[in-house]
Amino acid sequence: MLRYIIRRLLYAIPVIFLVILATFVLVQSMPGGPFDTIGQRAMPEQMIRILERRFGLDQPLYVQFYRYLTNIFKGDFGPMFRQPAQDVRDIIGQTFPVSVQLGLMSLIVAFSLGIPIGVIAALNHNSIIDYTVTFTAVLFISIPALVLGPILIYVFAVNLGWFPIAFWGANPPFFLGFLPPLTKDFFAHAALPVFSLGTGGAAGIARLTRAGLLEVLSSDYIRTARAKGLRERTVIVVHALKNSLIPVVTVLGPYLAGVITGSFITETIFAINGMGRRFVNSIGQREYFLQTSLVLLYGLLLIAANLMVDIMYAWFDPRIRYD
Amino acid sequence: MSPEKEMEQLVNKKTGKEYGRGRSPAQDAFREFRRNKIAVAGVIFVTLVVLVAIFAPVFTPYSFAQQNRYSNRQKAFTGYDITTDFAEENCHWYNTPLEWGCTFYIAGSDPLGRDLWSRLIYGARVSLAVAFVASSVSLIIGMIYGTISGYAGGKVDMIMMRIVDFLYSVPLLPIIIMMTVYFKALARRGVTTGFMGTLIVLNRATGGLFFVFIAIGALNWLGMARQARGQVLSYKEKEFVEAARAIGAKDGHIMMKHLLPNVIGPLLIIESLQIPGYIFLEATLSFIGLGVDPPTPSWGAMINEGYGGIKSNPHLVLFPGIALALTTLAFNFMGDGLRDAFDARLRGRK
Repeated sequence: MLRYIIRRLLYAIPVIFLVILATFVLVQSMPGGPFDTIGQRAMPEQMIRILERRFGLDQPLYVQFYRYLTNIFKGDFGPMFRQPAQDVRDIIGQTFPVSVQLGLMSLIVAFSLGIPIGVIAALNHNSIIDYTVTFTAVLFISIPALVLGPILIYVFAVNLGWFPIAFWGANPPFFLGFLPPLTKDFFAHAALPVFSLGTGGAAGIARLTRAGLLEVLSSDYIRTARAKGLRERTVIVVHALKNSLIPVVTVLGPYLAGVITGSFITETIFAINGMGRRFVNSIGQREYFLQTSLVLLYGLLLIAANLMVDIMYAWFDPRIRYD
Repeated sequence: MSPEKEMEQLVNKKTGKEYGRGRSPAQDAFREFRRNKIAVAGVIFVTLVVLVAIFAPVFTPYSFAQQNRYSNRQKAFTGYDITTDFAEENCHWYNTPLEWGCTFYIAGSDPLGRDLWSRLIYGARVSLAVAFVASSVSLIIGMIYGTISGYAGGKVDMIMMRIVDFLYSVPLLPIIIMMTVYFKALARRGVTTGFMGTLIVLNRATGGLFFVFIAIGALNWLGMARQARGQVLSYKEKEFVEAARAIGAKDGHIMMKHLLPNVIGPLLIIESLQIPGYIFLEATLSFIGLGVDPPTPSWGAMINEGYGGIKSNPHLVLFPGIALALTTLAFNFMGDGLRDAFDARLRGRK
């Protein structure tokens, strides 16, 4: 297992390298530069050249790339052109923990809602509960965060006034880097964005859990377990549930990628100062280093998520061997 | 009754059709699908949306881009929201016929004074174009790639699948977003020559949809390629392929005439399950300003225009949001129904 993990991590190196390279070249070859304008007017040619030299942009591309790469290992992700008081590392330090909190909380919501609901539906197969769950699940799968977010804001924040309309309830620095303060204010702010990001996942997970459990419940070893006289609860929790969760684990990877996509939208709608919103906001700008670094971070997250899924896969299904 | 008599009865006298021949799997699937009321409702709704989108000019009193600067942010269903001073001017402002009620906007108007109803209807065009064109793009690329990979086997297969594995571990969406930004930046510069120029002209002709198609196709052909390869592998060793090869059919012929017809059915069903995802993706891209070019209306872009003022003008967000949710819901029901009907493994188990 350890060897497999190491091999996977080694395999990730060229992937990450190519991702950085592609993004770096793409961003730099866009028409226009970071210093084209000063306010409303065009920047004088002389000043552009001075500024480019100041940030090392006058060097050939491969020199810049080499510098960027070597600096990353020193923990320096490059400068911000338009906010010279901060560099990219500061921006990531402020936004990344917030996104992690949002993503993890919505993940927890998705699983802690989805799995029990799916189990209940499967145990009451073909009953009114089952139909309600199946229908509601499709309903929530069909409402993207893009629609659910504004609707939640309109109902619960604007009309009912239960939750704040926007913003995140906590700012860095956090305890241990990402642990939020457990205040009422924090959870009040987090409720709507977490819910809008998590329900789609919860619905999908509920559907998969239901289907998986139904499949498992009709298998022979469950009949054996029941024939042995085990209590129904033991049969479900100990014998059936773990196997029925295998399909759920398979979607964890795509789901985590979906959390990243969703964070673009959710963070923008709720004006949360996270990585997704920063990425979206930087689209029209020419912050070469910020954009490359954010894509790099997304790549690392994706690789970590996929690796985690594979490890969990082996844990859920001991028949899977990775060497 | 004699056996001969019984045989006779199997033929319908009027139509000459024979009874009792049993049903083909496709007929079975169709019956199964028809019994699934929710799926049928989904199909009906999708059909309605398609019709509305095709005949959009019939359903819309105004052009989606037509501005009325005297009546912006009009609430829905409120009627004539103009003072008499402007009434005369409004009714002739854009040659709108009086019987349309001057500037009566059934779904209100947006901050630029454009009719929200017209924008909603034309927005359906964008979402449906994405649903059908983008899914065809990813289906065709994935199918061809997967079929070649599966049929070739050996080293070619390994290399082609390694490429797919590689792309799977790449954060494609952020990179695609950066690529779209790159194209848009070029387009803004007015590049019209060379390969890029052709793409940009094409993009302008489709109201910015072309890059959306490319982005969605590029993101989603991977899964399709894997599925197609799996299907081809299961058919490749069958007798009919062997027979075709025995009479000297060329590889291309076998792939096109013998493998593709078998492979395409399951792939179409898988693809139909992906359509809601494509619609979301277009809405997402449009929301962050990388989808359609204004003034082409897209539901995602409309949500983006409206969500900042949700407190005072909720209709600007809620209407496109509900339209988006209903359409994806209908596609989901349709896709689920198709899968349940055609997947014999699932039949009778629901």
